[in-house]
Formats: sequence, structure tokens, C-alpha cells
Amino acid sequence: MTGTTPGSRLDLRRYARTDVALRTPVGYADYKSTGLRAPLRTPVDLPHRLTEVTGPLLGEDRVTAADADLTKRLGGEAQGQRIIVHGRVLDSDGRPVPNTLVEVWQANAAGRYRHVVDNWPAPLDPHFDGLGRVMTDDQGRYEFTTVKPGAYPWGNHHNAWRPAHIHFSLFGRAFTQRLVTQMYFPDDPLFFQDPIFNSIPEGARHLAISRFDYERTVPDWALGFQWDIVLRGAEQTPFETEDDGDVA
Amino acid sequence: MTQPMTTPSATVGPYLAIGLTWEGGEFAVPADTPGAIWLRGTVFDGNGDPVPDAMVETWQADPDGRFDHPDDPRGAARHPGFTGFGRSHTDSGEYAICTLKPGRVPDGEGGLQAPHVDVSLFARGLLDRVVTRIYFADEAEANAEDVVLRGLPEDRRQTLLATPTDDGYRLDLHLQGDRETVFFAV
Ligand SMILES: [Fe+2]
Repeated sequence: MTGTTPGSRLDLRRYARTDVALRTPVGYADYKSTGLRAPLRTPVDLPHRLTEVTGPLLGEDRVTAADADLTKRLGGEAQGQRIIVHGRVLDSDGRPVPNTLVEVWQANAAGRYRHVVDNWPAPLDPHFDGLGRVMTDDQGRYEFTTVKPGAYPWGNHHNAWRPAHIHFSLFGRAFTQRLVTQMYFPDDPLFFQDPIFNSIPEGARHLAISRFDYERTVPDWALGFQWDIVLRGAEQTPFETEDDGDVA
Repeated sequence: MTQPMTTPSATVGPYLAIGLTWEGGEFAVPADTPGAIWLRGTVFDGNGDPVPDAMVETWQADPDGRFDHPDDPRGAARHPGFTGFGRSHTDSGEYAICTLKPGRVPDGEGGLQAPHVDVSLFARGLLDRVVTRIYFADEAEANAEDVVLRGLPEDRRQTLLATPTDDGYRLDLHLQGDRETVFFAV
């Protein structure tokens, strides 16, 4: 007994596929770790059906206000340049994505992660764990307070340093919209040698860089940075017009 | 009108566990739920070595083939405690998700898909997630009718079929090599 009824046609939302020329490839030769990990065969197109146009709607019951402030953890205040990171989560139709979970993680101000495999000689901060969670509001807005992460070295190539970045994870409302990415800071001098940044096609790199936001900068408190995140929106069919308000 | 461009993806990197550890994440249902099964498998790289720092996420229908989601036009799922979502870090290379076996799901064009679980795999060394599906080897009849499986050559189809175990099913994921898993572009 499955309870499902075959035979009926379901009118499902389908999600736009981002132009390959503007998408980060799964593998990228200059990023060494992709060599044995990125699949080598061409992926098979999977049309969007029920499983793909639905997805987990997480967080509401588990995220607390304290999760949005990474500067006050473990009974004290984090070291470093205090910043407010905010923006909107939208889809590619320009519509806000409300009530969706945003997970972030980052290195501390010295560029060190609180993680067993990060052991380069930069200090851990006893009051920084590097984890944040927020839900977008009904306008798709998110905001959290943290410290600016430091750059850190890694073994990819000689004198390799990651530009300062914050890792972001988003669900949207469908399996197709799932996104894990990294936010950068404006004018970072380390971009030129970073294969993770440069794996993004040139025409899309600006989308990964936040904007210094003087408007959101709080006097005597914190610098503001603004970054909007755009998830995939509805697929445009040839039958839809630009202003498709009442076109079926 | 110009549409906003989608934000490009980036790798989760080696420190994903800081941000993406979700307490009880591997439980799409509580372990004591009647009918609960474990989906397990090892993620292998191109050398055949287990990948110890990946994350597997699963999304699926309930045993009635319904989704706990407002965009399922047939109405909400009815299995208390079932979220349809699991997240497992591959410490030592192995993922493990406690869930219910999904039912068949309409394919939207008059047929039924075989029971399946959508999978996102994230890891250092992958600049975007890779997507695959877990099907069940003991669903031969349903699998033979499945629109996705039917589109694959027989030997490639095998890479998606989880085999029964004592407490559920097992499917290893191969990122590369002769047995490279079928990955999907969504
Ligand atoms: Fe990082």
C-alpha cells in the first residue's frame, strides 16, 4: 500500500539551471584536492520531479538569537575586528527566500579554525568557536555579528594563502536550491593566487565578494558588510512572458 | 528585466564539521521508530581510499511516497517524527543515515518512480556538491519501471542500487574509477 496515485500529471515548479559558463566547476586543476575527488564522467541530467522540487525546511525550532552573534561565546568576547554581515537571500527571479536556514563557519581573527586538523601556529581564541546560524526573516533578510576572519596558509602550492572568507550553507526550499559557498571581502590582495576563488568563472567572481557597508556600520561598535545570496529560481519557459502575472 | 545571477558555489573545505554538525543530523527518524533502517556506505576517492572528511545529505519521501513539504501538491506527509532529511559526516569514510524506506513517488507524467533517496555529497576537493540517488536492489519490479534508471546503461545503473544488510541497506559511493557512481546534474 503506497497511497500514491499514478496516472495524474503533476504541475510542478521547475528550477532554472545556471549557465555552465557562470557556475563553479566541481573540479579545477589548480586546486590540488580535486584531482582524486572530482568525478570524471559527465553528470547525467536529472529532470526536476517531486523529490527535487521539495527539500528540508530546517531550523525554526533549533536556532536561537545567540546563534547570530559569534563574538560572545564560551563566557567571553572574541578578539578581532568586530563586523556585522548582513544581506538578503533571493532567488534568481528576484524573490526573497523567507524563513530559510543560513549556516556559517569561519576561522578566527588570526586565521585559525577550531578544528583538530587545523594546527598551523596561529593562536586559538578561547571565546571564538566560529559557528553561526540564522534564519532569514519574512523578507529573506539575514544578519549576524562576528569578527573578521584572518587569512590562513594551506598546502595547495608554494606560499599558498586563503583570502579571508566566511563559509555559508543554504537550503532554500527545494533540493535543487541547496548551496554551499564562501563569502569574501572587498579588494583582498590574496585573490590572485587562490585557486578556490579563481575556480569561479570570471564573470561570476564578483558575486562571491561582499560590499563594505558604511550605512550598516555602527558608530563605536562594528563595521558593516553586505552580501546578497541568490539561489536558483523558477525555470523560465518559452510560454511565459516577462510579466507573467496572469499567464498560465 | 535582468535577473539576478545565482551565487557561485565553493567547496566546504576541510573544516565543514564546525559549521555543519547538526545534532542528531543522521536521524531522519528516531532510531526506535517502527520500520527504521540504516542507510550506510563508504565514500571512496580515485585511489580507492575512503574519504574521511565528506558530508552526505539525504532527502526523500516517506513510506507513502509523500514529502514533508508544502510544494508536494498531494498534501503533507503523515509520519510523525519523520523529517525526510539526514546529514552524516563520513568519519573514517562511512556515512550512516537512520530513516524509513521511501515509497514510490509519482514521476509527474502518469508513472511512478521507484523508491529512491536524493543524495548531496560535499567534501574538500569538490567545488560544488555532487548529486546522486540511492535506489534499492530488492525493488526489481519498481526499478525496471523507473524513468531515471531506465535512462542509464545497465552497468551504470548498478552504481545506484543499495543492497540489503542486517539493519537496512548499503551503497558505497565512488567519486572516480571503474565503478564511478552515476552523478546527476540538477
Ligand atoms: Fe575556510
